[in-house]
Amino acid sequence: MYDTIIIGAGMSGLAAGIRLAYFGQRVCILERHYTIGGLNSFYRLNGRDYDVGLHAVTNFTPKGTRTGPLARLLRQLRIRWDELLLAPQVGSVVAFPDIELHFSNEFEKLESEINSKFPSQMDNFRRLLKRIVDYNDLDQVVYEMSARQVVEEIVDDPLLVEMIFCPLMWYGNAREHDMDFGQFCIMFRSIYMEGLARPLNGVRLILKHLVRKFRGLGGELVLRKGVEQIAMEEGRAIGVVLDDGNQLTGRHVLSSAGIVETMRMCNESRCEKNPSVGQLSFVETLAVLDQQPRQIGCDRTIVFFNDSDKFHWEKSTELCDVRTGVICSPNNYAYGELGDQDAKLPEGMMRVTALANFQRWNTLPESEYRVEKLRWFDRVIASAVRFVPDFRRHIVATDMFTPKTIRRFTSHDNGAVYGAPDKQWDGTTPFENLYICGTDQGFVGIVGAIVSGISMANQHCLRD
Amino acid sequence: MNPADIREEIADILHDIVPDEDLSQLDDEIAFREQLELDSMDFLDIVMELRKRHRVQIPEEDYQQLATMQSTVNYLEPLMKNLEKA
Repeated sequence: MYDTIIIGAGMSGLAAGIRLAYFGQRVCILERHYTIGGLNSFYRLNGRDYDVGLHAVTNFTPKGTRTGPLARLLRQLRIRWDELLLAPQVGSVVAFPDIELHFSNEFEKLESEINSKFPSQMDNFRRLLKRIVDYNDLDQVVYEMSARQVVEEIVDDPLLVEMIFCPLMWYGNAREHDMDFGQFCIMFRSIYMEGLARPLNGVRLILKHLVRKFRGLGGELVLRKGVEQIAMEEGRAIGVVLDDGNQLTGRHVLSSAGIVETMRMCNESRCEKNPSVGQLSFVETLAVLDQQPRQIGCDRTIVFFNDSDKFHWEKSTELCDVRTGVICSPNNYAYGELGDQDAKLPEGMMRVTALANFQRWNTLPESEYRVEKLRWFDRVIASAVRFVPDFRRHIVATDMFTPKTIRRFTSHDNGAVYGAPDKQWDGTTPFENLYICGTDQGFVGIVGAIVSGISMANQHCLRD
Repeated sequence: MNPADIREEIADILHDIVPDEDLSQLDDEIAFREQLELDSMDFLDIVMELRKRHRVQIPEEDYQQLATMQSTVNYLEPLMKNLEKA
Protein backbone atom coordinates (compact mmCIF):
# COMPACT_ATOMS: atom_id res chain seq x y z
CA MET A 1 0.00 0.00 0.00
CA TYR A 2 1.49 3.33 -1.07
CA ASP A 3 0.68 6.70 0.39
CA THR A 4 0.69 8.21 -3.08
CA ILE A 5 0.92 6.69 -6.54
CA ILE A 6 2.11 9.13 -9.20
CA ILE A 7 1.45 8.51 -12.89
CA GLY A 8 4.22 9.90 -15.10
CA ALA A 9 7.90 10.56 -14.46
CA GLY A 10 8.05 13.95 -16.09
CA MET A 11 9.02 17.16 -14.35
CA SER A 12 5.73 17.51 -12.47
CA GLY A 13 5.53 13.88 -11.37
CA LEU A 14 9.12 13.82 -10.15
CA ALA A 15 8.73 17.12 -8.29
CA ALA A 16 5.56 15.91 -6.60
CA GLY A 17 7.32 12.68 -5.69
CA ILE A 18 10.20 14.53 -4.05
CA ARG A 19 7.87 16.60 -1.88
CA LEU A 20 5.95 13.55 -0.70
CA ALA A 21 8.97 11.32 -0.17
CA TYR A 22 10.71 14.09 1.76
CA PHE A 23 7.90 14.10 4.28
CA GLY A 24 8.06 10.39 4.76
CA GLN A 25 5.41 9.13 2.37
CA ARG A 26 5.77 5.83 0.58
CA VAL A 27 5.62 6.97 -3.03
CA CYS A 28 5.66 5.12 -6.34
CA ILE A 29 6.09 6.90 -9.68
CA LEU A 30 4.99 4.85 -12.67
CA GLU A 31 6.30 5.72 -16.11
CA ARG A 32 5.05 4.06 -19.28
CA HIS A 33 8.04 5.04 -21.39
CA TYR A 34 11.52 3.55 -21.03
CA THR A 35 12.91 6.83 -19.80
CA ILE A 36 12.01 9.84 -17.69
CA GLY A 37 11.10 13.35 -18.74
CA GLY A 38 7.84 13.12 -20.65
CA LEU A 39 7.33 16.31 -22.65
CA ASN A 40 10.78 17.47 -21.54
CA SER A 41 12.90 14.43 -22.13
CA PHE A 42 16.21 13.72 -23.80
CA TYR A 43 17.68 11.12 -26.13
CA ARG A 44 20.83 10.07 -27.87
CA LEU A 45 21.10 9.54 -31.63
CA ASN A 46 24.20 8.63 -33.61
CA GLY A 47 26.49 9.66 -30.81
CA ARG A 48 24.82 13.00 -30.09
CA ASP A 49 22.71 14.16 -27.18
CA TYR A 50 19.44 15.92 -27.92
CA ASP A 51 16.75 17.51 -25.80
CA VAL A 52 13.12 16.79 -26.59
CA GLY A 53 11.23 19.87 -25.48
CA LEU A 54 13.75 22.26 -24.06
CA HIS A 55 14.53 25.50 -25.79
CA ALA A 56 14.81 27.50 -22.63
CA VAL A 57 13.98 27.37 -18.98
CA THR A 58 11.68 30.32 -18.38
CA ASN A 59 11.19 32.16 -15.08
CA PHE A 60 14.95 32.55 -14.75
CA THR A 61 16.03 34.78 -11.90
CA PRO A 62 19.58 35.29 -10.63
CA LYS A 63 21.01 33.54 -7.62
CA GLY A 64 19.78 35.02 -4.36
CA THR A 65 16.40 36.10 -5.71
CA ARG A 66 13.82 35.24 -3.12
CA THR A 67 10.59 35.71 -5.04
CA GLY A 68 9.14 34.08 -8.12
CA PRO A 69 8.50 30.49 -9.19
CA LEU A 70 12.15 29.47 -9.58
CA ALA A 71 13.09 30.59 -6.08
CA ARG A 72 10.01 28.90 -4.74
CA LEU A 73 10.71 25.56 -6.35
CA LEU A 74 14.33 25.60 -5.20
CA ARG A 75 13.17 26.14 -1.63
CA GLN A 76 10.41 23.58 -1.82
CA LEU A 77 12.65 20.87 -3.29
CA ARG A 78 15.64 21.88 -1.13
CA ILE A 79 17.80 22.37 -4.22
CA ARG A 80 20.45 25.07 -4.46
CA TRP A 81 20.40 27.51 -7.37
CA ASP A 82 23.94 26.42 -8.31
CA GLU A 83 22.92 22.82 -8.74
CA LEU A 84 20.85 23.55 -11.84
CA LEU A 85 23.79 25.11 -13.71
CA LEU A 86 21.54 27.60 -15.47
CA ALA A 87 23.28 29.84 -17.97
CA PRO A 88 21.37 32.99 -18.95
CA GLN A 89 20.36 33.74 -22.50
CA VAL A 90 22.52 35.96 -24.68
CA GLY A 91 19.44 37.73 -26.03
CA SER A 92 16.33 36.96 -28.04
CA VAL A 93 14.16 38.73 -30.56
CA VAL A 94 10.61 38.94 -31.84
CA ALA A 95 11.03 39.23 -35.61
CA PHE A 96 8.19 40.39 -37.82
CA PRO A 97 8.67 41.61 -41.42
CA ASP A 98 10.64 44.88 -41.34
CA ILE A 99 10.69 45.17 -37.56
CA GLU A 100 12.33 43.47 -34.61
CA LEU A 101 11.94 43.77 -30.87
CA HIS A 102 14.94 42.53 -28.94
CA PHE A 103 14.69 41.42 -25.34
CA SER A 104 16.98 39.85 -22.77
CA ASN A 105 16.99 38.92 -19.11
CA GLU A 106 17.24 42.63 -18.37
CA PHE A 107 13.75 44.05 -18.70
CA GLU A 108 15.12 47.49 -19.60
CA LYS A 109 16.19 46.07 -22.95
CA LEU A 110 12.59 45.46 -24.00
CA GLU A 111 11.55 48.85 -22.66
CA SER A 112 14.21 50.66 -24.64
CA GLU A 113 13.31 48.69 -27.78
CA ILE A 114 9.68 49.69 -27.49
CA ASN A 115 10.73 53.24 -26.80
CA SER A 116 12.77 53.42 -29.98
CA LYS A 117 10.51 51.41 -32.29
CA PHE A 118 7.07 52.29 -30.96
CA PRO A 119 7.72 55.60 -29.21
CA SER A 120 4.06 56.62 -29.24
CA GLN A 121 3.21 53.47 -27.29
CA MET A 122 5.65 53.93 -24.45
CA ASP A 123 3.10 55.40 -22.06
CA ASN A 124 0.63 52.68 -23.00
CA PHE A 125 3.26 50.04 -22.37
CA ARG A 126 3.87 51.46 -18.90
CA ARG A 127 0.13 51.36 -18.23
CA LEU A 128 0.09 47.73 -19.35
CA LEU A 129 2.89 46.94 -16.92
CA LYS A 130 0.81 48.31 -14.07
CA ARG A 131 -1.93 45.90 -15.03
CA ILE A 132 0.32 42.84 -14.97
CA VAL A 133 -0.78 41.11 -11.79
CA ASP A 134 1.63 39.34 -9.47
CA TYR A 135 1.53 35.53 -9.34
CA ASN A 136 -0.01 35.45 -5.88
CA ASP A 137 -2.67 38.04 -6.58
CA LEU A 138 -4.58 36.44 -9.41
CA ASP A 139 -8.23 35.85 -8.66
CA GLN A 140 -10.58 33.91 -10.86
CA VAL A 141 -12.42 36.92 -12.32
CA VAL A 142 -9.27 38.76 -13.34
CA TYR A 143 -7.75 35.51 -14.48
CA GLU A 144 -10.46 34.63 -16.97
CA MET A 145 -10.63 37.99 -18.73
CA SER A 146 -9.59 37.94 -22.37
CA ALA A 147 -5.93 38.92 -22.62
CA ARG A 148 -6.36 40.30 -26.11
CA GLN A 149 -9.18 42.50 -24.96
CA VAL A 150 -7.23 43.86 -22.01
CA VAL A 151 -4.07 44.50 -24.01
CA GLU A 152 -5.86 45.97 -27.03
CA GLU A 153 -7.65 48.47 -24.79
CA ILE A 154 -4.30 49.76 -23.55
CA VAL A 155 -1.90 49.35 -26.47
CA ASP A 156 -3.43 50.89 -29.56
CA ASP A 157 -0.83 49.87 -32.13
CA PRO A 158 -2.04 46.46 -33.40
CA LEU A 159 1.43 45.48 -34.59
CA LEU A 160 2.90 45.96 -31.13
CA VAL A 161 0.06 43.89 -29.66
CA GLU A 162 0.86 41.02 -32.02
CA MET A 163 4.57 41.24 -31.29
CA ILE A 164 4.03 41.21 -27.52
CA PHE A 165 1.79 38.14 -27.75
CA CYS A 166 3.99 36.13 -30.12
CA PRO A 167 6.56 34.70 -27.65
CA LEU A 168 3.95 34.33 -24.92
CA MET A 169 1.74 32.17 -27.09
CA TRP A 170 4.70 30.16 -28.31
CA TYR A 171 5.95 29.38 -24.79
CA GLY A 172 3.06 28.54 -24.44
CA ASN A 173 -0.61 28.84 -24.97
CA ALA A 174 -2.85 25.80 -25.20
CA ARG A 175 -5.71 27.84 -26.57
CA GLU A 176 -6.08 29.17 -30.10
CA HIS A 177 -6.12 32.92 -30.85
CA ASP A 178 -6.42 34.33 -27.34
CA MET A 179 -5.37 33.55 -23.80
CA ASP A 180 -6.72 34.18 -20.32
CA PHE A 181 -5.43 37.44 -18.93
CA GLY A 182 -4.14 35.55 -15.91
CA GLN A 183 -2.16 33.26 -18.17
CA PHE A 184 -0.90 36.33 -20.03
CA CYS A 185 0.40 37.79 -16.77
CA ILE A 186 2.11 34.54 -15.86
CA MET A 187 3.79 34.24 -19.26
CA PHE A 188 4.67 37.96 -19.44
CA ARG A 189 6.44 37.73 -16.12
CA SER A 190 8.13 34.43 -16.85
CA ILE A 191 9.57 35.44 -20.25
CA TYR A 192 9.93 39.22 -20.28
CA MET A 193 10.26 40.18 -16.63
CA GLU A 194 12.16 37.16 -15.34
CA GLY A 195 14.08 35.51 -18.15
CA LEU A 196 15.41 32.56 -20.09
CA ALA A 197 18.26 30.22 -19.26
CA ARG A 198 19.55 26.76 -20.08
CA PRO A 199 21.71 24.22 -18.26
CA LEU A 200 24.90 23.42 -20.19
CA ASN A 201 23.99 19.78 -20.61
CA GLY A 202 20.36 20.42 -21.26
CA VAL A 203 17.41 18.98 -19.50
CA ARG A 204 19.04 15.69 -18.60
CA LEU A 205 20.91 17.36 -15.73
CA ILE A 206 17.71 18.63 -14.17
CA LEU A 207 15.93 15.33 -14.62
CA LYS A 208 18.75 13.21 -13.24
CA HIS A 209 18.97 15.56 -10.28
CA LEU A 210 15.26 15.13 -9.57
CA VAL A 211 15.42 11.35 -9.90
CA ARG A 212 18.46 11.08 -7.65
CA LYS A 213 16.78 13.19 -5.02
CA PHE A 214 13.54 11.22 -5.25
CA ARG A 215 15.22 7.85 -4.97
CA GLY A 216 17.52 9.13 -2.23
CA LEU A 217 14.45 9.93 -0.17
CA GLY A 218 13.18 6.40 -0.58
CA GLY A 219 10.87 7.01 -3.52
CA GLU A 220 10.25 4.21 -6.00
CA LEU A 221 10.48 4.97 -9.70
CA VAL A 222 9.36 2.25 -12.09
CA LEU A 223 9.92 2.63 -15.83
CA ARG A 224 8.19 0.73 -18.62
CA LYS A 225 5.09 0.39 -16.46
CA GLY A 226 1.97 1.85 -17.97
CA VAL A 227 -1.25 2.38 -16.08
CA GLU A 228 -4.26 0.86 -17.76
CA GLN A 229 -6.91 2.02 -15.31
CA ILE A 230 -7.45 3.89 -12.08
CA ALA A 231 -8.82 1.41 -9.56
CA MET A 232 -11.99 2.79 -8.02
CA GLU A 233 -14.30 1.97 -5.16
CA GLU A 234 -17.58 3.88 -5.08
CA GLY A 235 -16.16 6.86 -6.91
CA ARG A 236 -12.92 7.01 -4.91
CA ALA A 237 -9.56 6.21 -6.39
CA ILE A 238 -7.93 3.43 -4.41
CA GLY A 239 -4.99 2.69 -6.66
CA VAL A 240 -4.11 1.72 -10.20
CA VAL A 241 -4.29 -1.30 -12.47
CA LEU A 242 -1.18 -1.69 -14.61
CA ASP A 243 -1.01 -2.76 -18.24
CA ASP A 244 0.29 -6.14 -17.07
CA GLY A 245 -2.78 -6.63 -14.90
CA ASN A 246 -1.11 -6.08 -11.54
CA GLN A 247 -2.79 -3.74 -9.10
CA LEU A 248 -1.19 -1.24 -6.76
CA THR A 249 -3.10 0.41 -3.94
CA GLY A 250 -2.51 3.92 -2.75
CA ARG A 251 -4.19 6.45 -0.50
CA HIS A 252 -3.85 9.08 -3.21
CA VAL A 253 -3.35 8.95 -6.96
CA LEU A 254 -1.74 11.92 -8.68
CA SER A 255 -1.64 11.82 -12.47
CA SER A 256 0.52 13.91 -14.77
CA ALA A 257 -0.73 12.08 -17.85
CA GLY A 258 -3.14 14.84 -18.82
CA ILE A 259 -6.78 15.38 -17.86
CA VAL A 260 -8.36 13.67 -20.87
CA GLU A 261 -5.88 10.82 -20.75
CA THR A 262 -6.50 10.40 -17.01
CA MET A 263 -10.27 10.46 -17.38
CA ARG A 264 -9.96 7.73 -19.96
CA MET A 265 -8.32 5.57 -17.31
CA CYS A 266 -11.43 5.96 -15.16
CA ASN A 267 -14.04 3.58 -16.37
CA GLU A 268 -16.92 5.26 -14.61
CA SER A 269 -19.15 7.62 -16.47
CA ARG A 270 -19.06 10.41 -13.98
CA CYS A 271 -17.83 13.04 -16.38
CA GLU A 272 -20.87 14.87 -17.69
CA LYS A 273 -18.63 17.62 -18.90
CA ASN A 274 -15.83 16.04 -20.87
CA PRO A 275 -12.75 18.19 -20.90
CA SER A 276 -11.64 19.10 -24.39
CA VAL A 277 -8.34 17.96 -25.80
CA GLY A 278 -5.62 20.38 -26.79
CA GLN A 279 -5.54 21.17 -30.48
CA LEU A 280 -2.10 22.63 -30.84
CA SER A 281 0.89 20.54 -31.72
CA PHE A 282 4.21 21.07 -33.43
CA VAL A 283 6.97 19.77 -35.61
CA GLU A 284 10.54 20.55 -34.76
CA THR A 285 13.58 20.32 -36.98
CA LEU A 286 16.97 19.87 -35.38
CA ALA A 287 20.08 20.71 -37.39
CA VAL A 288 23.62 20.08 -36.20
CA LEU A 289 26.06 22.54 -37.76
CA ASP A 290 29.75 22.37 -38.57
CA GLN A 291 30.44 25.45 -36.45
CA GLN A 292 28.96 27.53 -33.66
CA PRO A 293 25.86 29.38 -34.91
CA ARG A 294 27.20 32.81 -34.05
CA GLN A 295 30.13 32.20 -36.40
CA ILE A 296 27.65 32.33 -39.28
CA GLY A 297 25.76 35.25 -37.81
CA CYS A 298 23.08 33.37 -35.87
CA ASP A 299 23.75 35.02 -32.55
CA ARG A 300 20.33 35.24 -30.93
CA THR A 301 19.24 32.71 -28.33
CA ILE A 302 15.62 32.49 -29.49
CA VAL A 303 14.02 34.09 -32.55
CA PHE A 304 10.23 34.23 -32.50
CA PHE A 305 9.28 35.00 -36.07
CA ASN A 306 6.08 35.82 -37.91
CA ASP A 307 5.87 36.58 -41.61
CA SER A 308 3.09 39.16 -41.59
CA ASP A 309 1.74 41.90 -39.33
CA LYS A 310 -0.90 39.54 -37.97
CA PHE A 311 0.16 36.67 -35.70
CA HIS A 312 -1.92 33.51 -36.20
CA TRP A 313 -1.96 31.18 -33.23
CA GLU A 314 -4.24 28.41 -34.40
CA LYS A 315 -4.36 24.79 -35.35
CA SER A 316 -2.61 24.23 -38.64
CA THR A 317 -4.94 23.22 -41.45
CA GLU A 318 -2.09 21.73 -43.43
CA LEU A 319 0.49 19.34 -42.06
CA CYS A 320 2.46 22.37 -40.88
CA ASP A 321 1.98 26.12 -40.71
CA VAL A 322 5.24 27.94 -41.39
CA ARG A 323 3.93 31.50 -41.22
CA THR A 324 5.30 31.66 -37.71
CA GLY A 325 7.93 29.72 -35.81
CA VAL A 326 10.61 29.61 -33.15
CA ILE A 327 14.30 29.34 -33.94
CA CYS A 328 16.38 28.25 -30.98
CA SER A 329 20.18 28.11 -30.87
CA PRO A 330 21.00 26.25 -27.66
CA ASN A 331 24.61 27.42 -28.08
CA ASN A 332 23.68 31.05 -27.50
CA TYR A 333 23.56 31.01 -23.72
CA ALA A 334 26.27 32.51 -21.50
CA TYR A 335 27.71 29.17 -20.41
CA GLY A 336 30.99 30.89 -19.53
CA GLU A 337 29.26 32.42 -16.51
CA LEU A 338 28.98 28.97 -14.94
CA GLY A 339 32.68 28.93 -14.01
CA ASP A 340 34.57 27.65 -17.01
CA GLN A 341 34.99 30.60 -19.37
CA ASP A 342 35.38 28.33 -22.37
CA ALA A 343 32.32 26.23 -21.69
CA LYS A 344 30.22 25.71 -24.77
CA LEU A 345 28.27 23.04 -26.54
CA PRO A 346 30.46 20.67 -28.57
CA GLU A 347 28.62 21.39 -31.83
CA GLY A 348 26.43 24.10 -33.28
CA MET A 349 22.72 23.42 -33.22
CA MET A 350 19.67 25.15 -34.69
CA ARG A 351 16.17 24.05 -33.77
CA VAL A 352 13.16 25.34 -35.65
CA THR A 353 9.62 24.72 -34.45
CA ALA A 354 6.42 25.13 -36.45
CA LEU A 355 2.73 24.60 -35.69
CA ALA A 356 1.45 21.25 -36.96
CA ASN A 357 -1.77 19.28 -37.30
CA PHE A 358 -1.76 16.03 -35.35
CA GLN A 359 -4.62 14.32 -37.22
CA ARG A 360 -3.08 14.99 -40.61
CA TRP A 361 0.31 13.60 -39.57
CA ASN A 362 -1.23 10.69 -37.75
CA THR A 363 -3.32 9.46 -40.66
CA LEU A 364 -0.50 9.39 -43.20
CA PRO A 365 0.48 5.91 -44.36
CA GLU A 366 4.00 5.06 -43.20
CA SER A 367 5.74 5.65 -46.55
CA GLU A 368 4.05 9.01 -47.03
CA TYR A 369 4.86 9.96 -43.44
CA ARG A 370 8.56 9.61 -44.16
CA VAL A 371 8.33 11.60 -47.37
CA GLU A 372 6.36 14.38 -45.72
CA LYS A 373 8.88 14.59 -42.90
CA LEU A 374 11.61 15.26 -45.43
CA ARG A 375 9.52 17.73 -47.36
CA TRP A 376 8.48 19.70 -44.32
CA PHE A 377 11.97 19.65 -42.87
CA ASP A 378 13.05 21.66 -45.88
CA ARG A 379 10.04 23.98 -45.80
CA VAL A 380 10.33 24.72 -42.09
CA ILE A 381 13.99 25.66 -42.44
CA ALA A 382 13.34 27.63 -45.62
CA SER A 383 10.77 29.61 -43.66
CA ALA A 384 13.23 30.23 -40.82
CA VAL A 385 16.11 31.49 -42.96
CA ARG A 386 14.00 34.47 -43.94
CA PHE A 387 14.69 35.70 -40.42
CA VAL A 388 18.17 34.38 -39.60
CA PRO A 389 21.30 33.90 -41.76
CA ASP A 390 21.01 30.86 -44.01
CA PHE A 391 22.68 28.03 -42.13
CA ARG A 392 21.65 25.23 -44.48
CA ARG A 393 25.02 24.61 -46.10
CA HIS A 394 26.53 24.11 -42.62
CA ILE A 395 24.25 21.25 -41.66
CA VAL A 396 26.05 17.97 -40.87
CA ALA A 397 23.25 16.02 -39.16
CA THR A 398 19.52 16.33 -38.69
CA ASP A 399 16.60 15.01 -36.73
CA MET A 400 12.95 15.90 -36.67
CA PHE A 401 9.89 15.15 -34.64
CA THR A 402 6.24 15.46 -35.56
CA PRO A 403 3.02 15.50 -33.50
CA LYS A 404 2.96 11.76 -33.98
CA THR A 405 6.39 11.43 -32.37
CA ILE A 406 5.24 13.50 -29.42
CA ARG A 407 2.15 11.34 -28.97
CA ARG A 408 4.18 8.17 -29.28
CA PHE A 409 6.69 9.04 -26.57
CA THR A 410 4.57 11.03 -24.15
CA SER A 411 1.13 9.45 -24.61
CA HIS A 412 -0.39 12.93 -24.60
CA ASP A 413 -3.43 13.10 -26.89
CA ASN A 414 -2.93 14.97 -30.15
CA GLY A 415 0.70 15.52 -29.25
CA ALA A 416 -0.65 18.60 -27.46
CA VAL A 417 2.49 19.88 -25.82
CA TYR A 418 0.70 22.60 -23.89
CA GLY A 419 -2.18 20.35 -22.96
CA ALA A 420 -5.88 21.11 -22.83
CA PRO A 421 -7.11 24.69 -23.28
CA ASP A 422 -9.18 24.61 -20.07
CA LYS A 423 -6.95 23.97 -17.11
CA GLN A 424 -7.94 22.24 -13.86
CA TRP A 425 -6.47 24.87 -11.57
CA ASP A 426 -7.30 23.14 -8.34
CA GLY A 427 -6.02 19.83 -9.64
CA THR A 428 -9.16 17.94 -8.70
CA THR A 429 -11.11 15.49 -10.81
CA PRO A 430 -14.67 14.21 -10.47
CA PHE A 431 -13.21 11.37 -8.39
CA GLU A 432 -12.10 11.49 -4.78
CA ASN A 433 -8.40 10.93 -4.15
CA LEU A 434 -7.58 11.34 -7.84
CA TYR A 435 -5.73 14.54 -8.71
CA ILE A 436 -3.83 15.87 -11.69
CA CYS A 437 -0.66 17.86 -12.03
CA GLY A 438 1.45 19.06 -14.91
CA THR A 439 0.48 20.89 -18.05
CA ASP A 440 -3.27 20.32 -17.71
CA GLN A 441 -3.35 21.55 -14.13
CA GLY A 442 -2.19 24.90 -15.34
CA PHE A 443 1.49 25.67 -15.61
CA VAL A 444 3.51 24.93 -18.72
CA GLY A 445 7.20 24.67 -19.29
CA ILE A 446 9.82 23.15 -17.04
CA VAL A 447 9.47 25.55 -14.12
CA GLY A 448 5.71 25.52 -14.53
CA ALA A 449 5.51 21.75 -14.43
CA ILE A 450 7.75 21.51 -11.37
CA VAL A 451 5.73 24.15 -9.53
CA SER A 452 2.57 22.31 -10.52
CA GLY A 453 3.81 19.00 -9.11
CA ILE A 454 4.90 20.69 -5.89
CA SER A 455 1.62 22.61 -5.48
CA MET A 456 -0.64 19.66 -6.12
CA ALA A 457 1.37 17.37 -3.85
CA ASN A 458 1.24 20.02 -1.11
CA GLN A 459 -2.43 20.73 -1.50
CA HIS A 460 -3.88 17.28 -1.94
CA CYS A 461 -1.50 14.58 -0.81
CA LEU A 462 0.38 15.95 2.17
CA ARG A 463 -2.17 17.19 4.59
CA ASP A 464 -3.55 14.06 6.12
CA MET B 1 11.78 20.62 25.44
CA ASN B 2 11.72 24.01 27.12
CA PRO B 3 10.80 27.22 25.31
CA ALA B 4 14.42 28.02 24.48
CA ASP B 5 14.88 24.59 22.89
CA ILE B 6 11.64 25.00 20.97
CA ARG B 7 12.75 28.37 19.70
CA GLU B 8 16.05 26.89 18.55
CA GLU B 9 14.22 24.08 16.80
CA ILE B 10 11.96 26.50 14.93
CA ALA B 11 14.97 28.55 13.90
CA ASP B 12 16.58 25.35 12.67
CA ILE B 13 13.52 24.50 10.63
CA LEU B 14 13.38 28.01 9.21
CA HIS B 15 17.02 27.75 8.25
CA ASP B 16 16.20 24.59 6.33
CA ILE B 17 13.31 26.23 4.53
CA VAL B 18 14.86 29.61 3.78
CA PRO B 19 18.63 29.01 3.97
CA ASP B 20 19.50 32.42 2.51
CA GLU B 21 17.72 34.42 5.20
CA ASP B 22 19.60 35.94 8.10
CA LEU B 23 17.79 34.64 11.16
CA SER B 24 20.05 36.26 13.73
CA GLN B 25 18.10 39.51 13.43
CA LEU B 26 14.71 37.87 13.82
CA ASP B 27 12.24 39.79 15.99
CA ASP B 28 10.15 37.30 17.95
CA GLU B 29 7.17 39.64 18.19
CA ILE B 30 6.87 40.47 14.50
CA ALA B 31 5.17 38.14 12.01
CA PHE B 32 7.53 35.80 10.16
CA ARG B 33 6.00 36.88 6.86
CA GLU B 34 6.93 40.47 7.48
CA GLN B 35 10.57 39.73 8.19
CA LEU B 36 11.29 36.83 5.91
CA GLU B 37 10.40 36.00 2.35
CA LEU B 38 7.97 33.23 3.25
CA ASP B 39 4.99 32.30 1.16
CA SER B 40 2.16 29.96 2.08
CA MET B 41 4.03 26.95 0.72
CA ASP B 42 7.01 27.68 2.97
CA PHE B 43 4.62 28.10 5.85
CA LEU B 44 3.15 24.70 5.21
CA ASP B 45 6.67 23.35 5.39
CA ILE B 46 7.10 24.62 8.94
CA VAL B 47 4.06 22.57 9.91
CA MET B 48 5.25 19.56 7.92
CA GLU B 49 8.76 19.69 9.39
CA LEU B 50 7.35 19.75 12.92
CA ARG B 51 5.34 16.69 12.08
CA LYS B 52 8.29 14.97 10.46
CA ARG B 53 10.83 15.72 13.17
CA HIS B 54 8.68 15.56 16.30
CA ARG B 55 5.40 13.99 15.27
CA VAL B 56 3.63 17.16 16.33
CA GLN B 57 0.29 17.40 14.55
CA ILE B 58 -1.06 20.88 14.01
CA PRO B 59 -4.64 21.18 12.72
CA GLU B 60 -5.19 23.60 9.87
CA GLU B 61 -7.40 25.88 11.98
CA ASP B 62 -4.41 26.49 14.29
CA TYR B 63 -1.99 27.60 11.56
CA GLN B 64 -2.63 31.26 12.39
CA GLN B 65 -1.12 30.66 15.85
CA LEU B 66 2.23 30.27 14.15
CA ALA B 67 2.41 33.86 12.92
CA THR B 68 5.36 35.02 15.04
CA MET B 69 8.22 33.23 16.75
CA GLN B 70 6.79 34.08 20.17
CA SER B 71 3.29 32.87 19.35
CA THR B 72 4.72 29.72 17.77
CA VAL B 73 6.79 28.88 20.84
CA ASN B 74 3.81 29.58 23.09
CA TYR B 75 1.57 27.34 20.98
CA LEU B 76 4.04 24.48 20.83
CA GLU B 77 5.17 24.50 24.45
CA PRO B 78 2.37 22.27 25.78
CA LEU B 79 2.70 19.97 22.78
CA MET B 80 6.45 19.60 22.95
CA LYS B 81 7.35 19.86 26.64
CA ASN B 82 7.61 16.11 27.01
CA LEU B 83 9.74 15.64 23.91
CA GLU B 84 13.47 15.12 23.98
CA LYS B 85 15.60 17.64 22.19
CA ALA B 86 16.99 15.95 19.06
